[in-house]
Amino acid sequence: MADMRNDKARKDAISKASGRETYVGDLSLDGMIYACLVRTSVPRGIIKSITLPPLPDGYYYFDDRNIPENGRNELWMIQKDWKCFAAGSSGYVGETIGILCGPDRTLLYSLRDQIKVEYEEQTPAVSIEDSLALVGGPIIGENNYHCTVELQAGDGDIDEIMKNAYRVVEEKFSTGHQEHMHLETNGMMVNYEDGKYVYYASCQCPFYIRKSVAGIIGATPEDIIVRQMSTGGAFGGKEHFPDVVAGPLILAEYYLKKPIKLIFNREEDTQFSVKRHPSVVKFKTALDRKGNILAMDSIVYYNAGRYLASSYIVIQRGCMHIEGVYKFPVARTRGYSMATNTFPSCAFRGFGAPQTIFAVETHMTHIAEKLGVDPVEYKRRYLIKQGDTTITNGKIVENVRTPELIEKVCKASDYFEKSRKYGFGSGKGIGFSLYNHGGAFTGNGESAIIKAVVKVCKRKDGTVLIKAGQTEMGQGFSSAVCRIAAKTLGIPYEKVIYKYPDTSVVPDSGPTAASRSTMVPGNLVMKACEELKARWDEADELECEAHYEHPEGYPWDQASFQGYAYLGYGWGACVVEVEVDPRTAETKIKGIWSAHDVGNCIDPLIVHGQVNGGIAQGIGWASTELLENKGGYFKQHSMSDYIIPTSMDLPAQEVYYANEPYKWGPYGAKGMGELVFNGSGAAYVDALSRAINRKIDSIPNPTEVIMGHILHSEKLTEDKR
Amino acid sequence: MTIEFSLNCEHVSIDVDPTKRLLDVLRDDFGLTGVKEGCSEGECGACCVLLNGQLVTSCIIPIAGVHGQDVRTIEWVRTTRLGETIIQSYADGGAVQCGFCIPGMVMASYYLLSNNPNPTKKEIRKGISGNMCRCTGYDLIVESIYLAAKRVGELHKARG
Repeated sequence: MADMRNDKARKDAISKASGRETYVGDLSLDGMIYACLVRTSVPRGIIKSITLPPLPDGYYYFDDRNIPENGRNELWMIQKDWKCFAAGSSGYVGETIGILCGPDRTLLYSLRDQIKVEYEEQTPAVSIEDSLALVGGPIIGENNYHCTVELQAGDGDIDEIMKNAYRVVEEKFSTGHQEHMHLETNGMMVNYEDGKYVYYASCQCPFYIRKSVAGIIGATPEDIIVRQMSTGGAFGGKEHFPDVVAGPLILAEYYLKKPIKLIFNREEDTQFSVKRHPSVVKFKTALDRKGNILAMDSIVYYNAGRYLASSYIVIQRGCMHIEGVYKFPVARTRGYSMATNTFPSCAFRGFGAPQTIFAVETHMTHIAEKLGVDPVEYKRRYLIKQGDTTITNGKIVENVRTPELIEKVCKASDYFEKSRKYGFGSGKGIGFSLYNHGGAFTGNGESAIIKAVVKVCKRKDGTVLIKAGQTEMGQGFSSAVCRIAAKTLGIPYEKVIYKYPDTSVVPDSGPTAASRSTMVPGNLVMKACEELKARWDEADELECEAHYEHPEGYPWDQASFQGYAYLGYGWGACVVEVEVDPRTAETKIKGIWSAHDVGNCIDPLIVHGQVNGGIAQGIGWASTELLENKGGYFKQHSMSDYIIPTSMDLPAQEVYYANEPYKWGPYGAKGMGELVFNGSGAAYVDALSRAINRKIDSIPNPTEVIMGHILHSEKLTEDKR
Repeated sequence: MTIEFSLNCEHVSIDVDPTKRLLDVLRDDFGLTGVKEGCSEGECGACCVLLNGQLVTSCIIPIAGVHGQDVRTIEWVRTTRLGETIIQSYADGGAVQCGFCIPGMVMASYYLLSNNPNPTKKEIRKGISGNMCRCTGYDLIVESIYLAAKRVGELHKARG
């Protein structure tokens, strides 16, 4: 185990706590003007006309009609389907029509409100059910599928197994939209400097922005520089979405060539930014006479919204986590990413895994309860272990320590005693979940798609500068990477410098996403530092670089989606205890216990903070974070009607580890940023279900929904145990 | 309209639209960007300042409302002994992640510890319940404030 205790605080802590840190909203350049986006107000329709009010001097409006001849009205994410400007049709409420620029923000918003847009409205498909029923006619293709995925593992014809089973348990689970609600809204500034378009951006992936928007003005990525600013929370919400902000800005800058700042207000950020995918997951599970699982068949639908964004990969991730931490004799899953007329869904911590993990965990719990077995005991029978085959027909490479994780949380929480004592419907409930998350890009993505490079530079003053595209957005990479370098080089932590990435300075080491930053680029930093250490005395100034190489012997075929999907998973177990007032449905969380295998903690305090925060977000998702979409319009607009947990809503958490060092990670570390979100929702719902003795198969569960369950839902069990 | 007030212990005077938000005046006119805008409706606490010693959200106060009053921001708090101790404790205790809510959180901590130097963890949770954080789940913030209280106590003891 690497010895990396926290004797020194994280690099950015004092600057942030004292209010000295510069976020893009704090940045001001000479001659700076402001911008706001003009957006569509109907979920589906043809734009008949756009009428602008007279614009005072110094105010400008641009849209697709201003795109130069060699430019294209498209943002390049994974595909190029997301239009930069709506250009004649609206596919969701809030699609960008144009951009308005000028010196006074108040006047800018007032001018925007005077713009008249006439539509020929069409019937929108808003939900997964609408999309499947082709409400209003197909949005894309013949069946509204953005993309599909099918995976199967185990021997035998699953349909035959279902036919011959003693019992088949069928269930359906659903989850809703979730808003990232990072405290800093989306925003960026663009400026034309020395012949380059320079962005100052709140973002996760500076290189994504370059690639995505260059084509709009017929430029190349090299014509663009992206400088990340301190980023006030992201959670996936600033992975691809900043492209949507940067696109219209580059067109305005093409004409204006002056600093333009665009900051979303909270209402805009809540309604008009990407969200977590709503989901519907259906299971058919075949059991034998003794209650053993013979096969599990599933269908997964995610509401992707109008454009693909990252949904192709999100649905894959969802399907690849459909077995949770278990191994079933035969498993099949079919996933469909559905087009709807809602704001496109995109990355959000967990990236498709939390939805299927919630579903499979709750399904397993329900089967156990049907059989009269404690869910923890039942789940223990199916734990996947080293060498077992996954749903992509690869194997689990590492030693899986879920039995220890279960021990730790159950002992700390006194799970079995409380489970027996509280029973069902007593107003007190204890819930349990298991979960995992595959670290880094799927399969050979790190070597075939990303090809990460990092550099480390020894400087004259004896400091070492890390050059990587990895952003700091609160997760702590800037400090973790310096610890890795300091340890490898044998120099003090203070001598290692990380700077917010500037694409003209750092190599592309891939996106800050997929729980990969410490695991993959962090490992490259360690390798580059090993070389730098060996060559330390060669010169006063020296630069070493490292390139990603995928370990041999773990094949992956991207075309068939078969092979080793992930070489290192994070693993977790969580117990949540609640009390519910049966008359008011008011719910109080009494305790949260978790145990994780994160490989190794590079910075234990940062890992602790990630665990606390991820679990809190997961509980928010499962409990109060209701974001309704009525007819294409989000009903909640702000932090007073979209309810995230406060300090009074959560008890102090107890956090444990059983870390299995990861062979290919820096000092054994592996991905953990998303893992810690994946399971608390299922544990919370389990606790709630038991407390009120009602079957709960959906997320979220604000008080009024819990009351609905108490009044109308099926009982979880008649057995009082 | 001319508005005069005490800002971080200095007398200031500004000719301004009386409906302009205190938050915007602090950030745009006085460059005090440690005061953050999170929700714009007094809900999240990122814009917290002290108004005559009371903790308030500057996004819902028109500048006219502070005429003749005393306003203090994170830029002042960080120069005080208590403020410094809180900030250092936040760093040592792992309270800071993205940092956007943190200046406001420090203001709430300052207010809490000024009025209750030995709070229980429950009182700390209550004290910061008007400040939202999306990163931390609050635990390490609570621990850090508790640490700050202890450190301040030791300072007092040392001084006798």
